[in-house]
Amino acid sequence: MSNETQKRDFIDVTGGWLHQLRGWIDARFPMSKLWNEQVAQYYAPKNFNFWYFFGSIALLILVNQIVTGIFLAMNYQPSATEAFASVQYIMRDVNWGWLIRYLHSVGASLFFVVVYLHMFRGVIYGSYKKPRELLWIFGMLIYVALMAEAFMGYLLPWGQMSYWGAQVITSLFGVIPGVGNSLMQWLRGDYAVSGITLNRFFALHIVAVPLVLIGLVLFHLMALHEVGSNNPDGIEIKQHKGPDGIPLDGIPFHPYYTIKDIVGVTVFLAIFAAIVFFSPGLHGLFLEPANFEPANPLKTPQDIHPLWYFGPFYAILRSIPNKALGISAMGLAIVLLFLLPWIDRNPVKSIRYRGALYRALVGAFALTFIVLGYIGMQKATLFWAEIGQRVQELYFLFFVLSWVYTRPRSRGFLVGTFLAVMAVITLFDWLAWDPGIARLKMVSWLIPGVYCVIFLLLPAYFGKLLEPKPVPERVRFK
Amino acid sequence: MSEEIDNSKRHFLTVATVVVGAVGVGMTAVPFLSSMQPSARAKALGGPVDIDISKIEPGGLVKAKWRLKPVWVVQRSRAAIAELPKNAGLLRDPDSAEPQQPGYCKNESRAIKPELFVVVPICTHLGCIPLYRPEPGDPSIGPTWPGGFHCPCHGSLYDLAGRVFKNVPAPLNLPVPRYRYVNDKVVRIGEDPAGSHSSYRQPLIW
Repeated sequence: MSNETQKRDFIDVTGGWLHQLRGWIDARFPMSKLWNEQVAQYYAPKNFNFWYFFGSIALLILVNQIVTGIFLAMNYQPSATEAFASVQYIMRDVNWGWLIRYLHSVGASLFFVVVYLHMFRGVIYGSYKKPRELLWIFGMLIYVALMAEAFMGYLLPWGQMSYWGAQVITSLFGVIPGVGNSLMQWLRGDYAVSGITLNRFFALHIVAVPLVLIGLVLFHLMALHEVGSNNPDGIEIKQHKGPDGIPLDGIPFHPYYTIKDIVGVTVFLAIFAAIVFFSPGLHGLFLEPANFEPANPLKTPQDIHPLWYFGPFYAILRSIPNKALGISAMGLAIVLLFLLPWIDRNPVKSIRYRGALYRALVGAFALTFIVLGYIGMQKATLFWAEIGQRVQELYFLFFVLSWVYTRPRSRGFLVGTFLAVMAVITLFDWLAWDPGIARLKMVSWLIPGVYCVIFLLLPAYFGKLLEPKPVPERVRFK
Repeated sequence: MSEEIDNSKRHFLTVATVVVGAVGVGMTAVPFLSSMQPSARAKALGGPVDIDISKIEPGGLVKAKWRLKPVWVVQRSRAAIAELPKNAGLLRDPDSAEPQQPGYCKNESRAIKPELFVVVPICTHLGCIPLYRPEPGDPSIGPTWPGGFHCPCHGSLYDLAGRVFKNVPAPLNLPVPRYRYVNDKVVRIGEDPAGSHSSYRQPLIW
């Protein structure tokens, strides 16, 4: 039985009037057309694996955040005198208020977990490469909007960490030469973070940024459905079409992937619920203890750090002893992600068919990101600042090496790059020389040193490590 | 009338419409962007604060609040003022080269009158509020302590002019706000002395 007759049977069973209603709507609004183009006749590669759950799960969390956010806004008071108490009111007096708030706060953290996994999927399968550059850019814009959304939402409970986090982050704008101070004052609407800042962050958090996010998600999906999904083999399924014009390796998104995604959603919701019900603060990781104290502009917490999902960037910011340079490095860490499609131009998309060293590099990059996140959560001691500086060098080296691995390189090129990279790192060490931690600096120099030996000197003498495997014509299952 | 399409005219009209439209959008944006500036009320609340200094004894300290920030006024003793130049070799920025104070306070004592020190006691390391430890050799710090401010969070040390010592985490001297003497008994925080230039870059820790 073909797809088409199946559909007709369904409509007939429902008695004809539904069929007529559909016809009436379709004559006035492209309902069936949209459904078919975007879902029922959107052909996705048939070899999607585990990593392909996270896009639809991210969409689910977005819905969760919007719905719980609407209900929180019904009871929350965005004012310096009321905000903290109104959150406690939601937690204690509003029916199910605790659940709605925990769904929102845990949802925010899991949003980042899922988005990071989703982005990592893009990196391992080269999903940012031609023709998906814009798709990746829209995704990165979503990520930046999400960071703004999370940052502003974090001020709303008006706890100590909310307040001082906002104070520190808005003060970053102060280093911009010339306009920094006026820009900072404009952002805060006051001479320090105050109830005025809280009010505007509330407006931006519940109206402006969500609207931008929804728009960007639509663009992201439209771009995806225009170019078609990448897959774990990194092969364009549109290159092998049957006589009916349908990709041979494609299956309709609905019902195949809608059903598959329901499995992923079920597992995800089980984890989500376990956190919400058993450990909503996740030992200070999702809700920080310092934030259970009302904001006090005259008393700084002992240690200010953001929630875990900003950890990697905060570590980069903090580990550079010069404030302006630290902020630039943090910005660069995000800008480089935007530029990834033009940095890694190796024609082989999927990590499955890239050289052994590239696979190790991507693994090392993921590890680097996690370690940076850990360092971002530690107290700002000299030791962690120094280690953070080294791990941060590895973060930026990923982009250098991705560019180096774009095409086969000569031994001279690799050795030359090795020397250049180590010279730059050593120069920075020399400029920021501190006799107090001389030994730590020299020992930790080995971190980028060994890293560069593995990723630059090793392939100079064992070229095989960079050689790609032959990419198959059609997708395979693994 | 000619039937032919005058493309250059169309082009001109398109460009002119876009330009005029863009100017209109830009001007319409002004009220919205400007509404995010500190409001009249915020400005009023952030206005100058008067502090009565007539009752501070030597070595004493008066605390006030200005723009949600603490402001301390310290009455330095004659001995303490005499001590200040001796610290120079131990300090990171003894001459106040960094713009952490208004120009009229860029001197040895970082004050308009050496006996009265006005400071925003926010540690330039991570923003904690230091403790006032004026006694030389205070046992909580050490026998060589010349007197000053001690940050309990990460151990940063400042002398009695708020100048940061070497080998502590804080990078900069404590910020000095703009202030002026209204008369011998009152200091006004948030205003420059008459005639002095207000070319004051806000300190970095603000």
